[in-house]
Amino acid sequence: MIERTPILNAVTHTVLFLGFLVAVLPFVVVAVAASHDLFHVNLVPMPLLPGGHFWENMTEAWTRADLGHKLLNSLIFAGGVAAGKVFVSAITAYAIVFFRFPGRQAIFWAIFVTLMLPLEVRIVPTYAVAANVLGPYQTILDVTGLTDLIAWISGIRLDLQFGLLNSYTGLILPLVATATGTFLYRQFFLTIPDELVEAAKMDGAGPIRFFVDILWPLSRNNVAALATIMFLWAWNQYLWPLLVTTDPTHATAVTELKQLIPNVGGVPEWNIAMAGTLIVMLPTLLVVVVMQRWFVRGLISTEK
Amino acid sequence: MEKRATFGHWWIGIAFAIPQIILIFTFFYWPAGQAVYWSMTLQQPWGGGNIWVGLDNFRQILTDPLYWNSVVRSFVFALFSTLLAMGIGLVLAVFVDRELAGSKVYRVVMIWPYGIAAPALALAFRFMLAPEAGLLAFVNRLWPGLWDPGLDGTDAMIAVIVAFSWKYVGYNFVFFLSALQGIPKSLTEAAALDGAGWIRRLRDIQLPMLTPTVFFLLVIDITESFQDSFGIVDIMTSGGPARATELMVYKIYFDGFRGLDYSGAAAQSIILMILIVALTVLQFRFIERRVHYK
Repeated sequence: MIERTPILNAVTHTVLFLGFLVAVLPFVVVAVAASHDLFHVNLVPMPLLPGGHFWENMTEAWTRADLGHKLLNSLIFAGGVAAGKVFVSAITAYAIVFFRFPGRQAIFWAIFVTLMLPLEVRIVPTYAVAANVLGPYQTILDVTGLTDLIAWISGIRLDLQFGLLNSYTGLILPLVATATGTFLYRQFFLTIPDELVEAAKMDGAGPIRFFVDILWPLSRNNVAALATIMFLWAWNQYLWPLLVTTDPTHATAVTELKQLIPNVGGVPEWNIAMAGTLIVMLPTLLVVVVMQRWFVRGLISTEK
Repeated sequence: MEKRATFGHWWIGIAFAIPQIILIFTFFYWPAGQAVYWSMTLQQPWGGGNIWVGLDNFRQILTDPLYWNSVVRSFVFALFSTLLAMGIGLVLAVFVDRELAGSKVYRVVMIWPYGIAAPALALAFRFMLAPEAGLLAFVNRLWPGLWDPGLDGTDAMIAVIVAFSWKYVGYNFVFFLSALQGIPKSLTEAAALDGAGWIRRLRDIQLPMLTPTVFFLLVIDITESFQDSFGIVDIMTSGGPARATELMVYKIYFDGFRGLDYSGAAAQSIILMILIVALTVLQFRFIERRVHYK
């Protein structure tokens, strides 16, 4: 600015530095606590310099919560959800923007309204659907009398069953629909000039060709931003994986953290717990640090 | 806004839209409808379908002091965590916006906490705020029994609020900073030339220009505090001690999956749904305002 403000500058630096400390402190505490043995981690006040048991604790947390396997599950889950969201929202927005068919606006609004139905408020019935994903369709057939009709014609009584509990599909599929992603793509597609579509059509490109060769490469920025946000979002999901994966083979790293909480009255193995926390934190922290630009852009554009 | 140039094959268009339609029908609309149905029926204990009870489930919940307890706790949680996250985020954004040396570093670091999973940060805070180890334990050495989130409801509430706010400061910061940077420099420079000091400029130019962002973040923060708090509560306190941190989503989960009271949980879900719909509608009203400012 134009004026000299030494006092204000000092205040600015102090406040920002304090903010910095508060933002970084938990990371430091987790890392330091993960490097001590059982005795030192429980000292009061806690030692603020790292000790020498870091790898020991990391290996212990890694094996105790089976984190290698769980991190792989998390990766499949978060990667699947992110890829699914990016793809499904792109093709839906494509349909809504570049085609004319009856009910187009209704579809857009139906997707948009799902913003108001977050997973947390429909958790119990969504779980029931995941237990038998064909359940809704069976009910529709029953209520409309079609089941009886089919039984009468073919002699086979339909009983549609397809459980998604304890499977990657069950983890991923219910989280793939996305209103914000669809909205983001719609806004972007609307900025594509009509001339581009005309030119592509003139050159003989059909709708699929246009999408694959022109639209998709043009939306690379959107893809990166949306994929980063959605990957983090999915990785950090807790409630859904907790319910769907009763069997530890499909549990994610985030839900496994619960295994590491020291019991009240038990041995306070905070060093192991913090080592596990560190392992679960690191992947998302890395994504945020490496993809910072896309992450911030994605945050601001998906919430608008 | 409509496109003039489109493709003629309307059936390909529908084919592109179908995956998402199936997904939202199966995993959003059906369960939401199911929740409404369950909230108005009672499941027979030994199977044999549901019996219609109308609004009885709602009547039961709304006269249950335990339910009102969770509502009050949720609002206390929402109020304080939003104030804390927004307040600190705003102060930091205002100072980073001055662009002194090093502000680039702060801009990068402040967003880190937002990338951390709620349960992971909850476990970290559970350790840091534990009564017998970690950072706050020395308090108990000086004044025994002063701080114990495991026994004292207020302490537990403070602990979950602090953990949640820590994550959302960076989020609020990003939006405030982007709004502050959107304010034309010519405005603040003109004011400075007219002799307005920093505080005056902040009060009369920057803060008024931020009001749309404030409203927007207020709604987002409150909505998130209903949703994203589950992992923090489950890991840090499990709703305790003595239901002191039993927030609405936690109670739905607990009644539905531990108590197996689907009807009660469904009725609670419907009430929460109405709350979130109201908040979302509010949000869109303010987003319209936000566009008008530009």
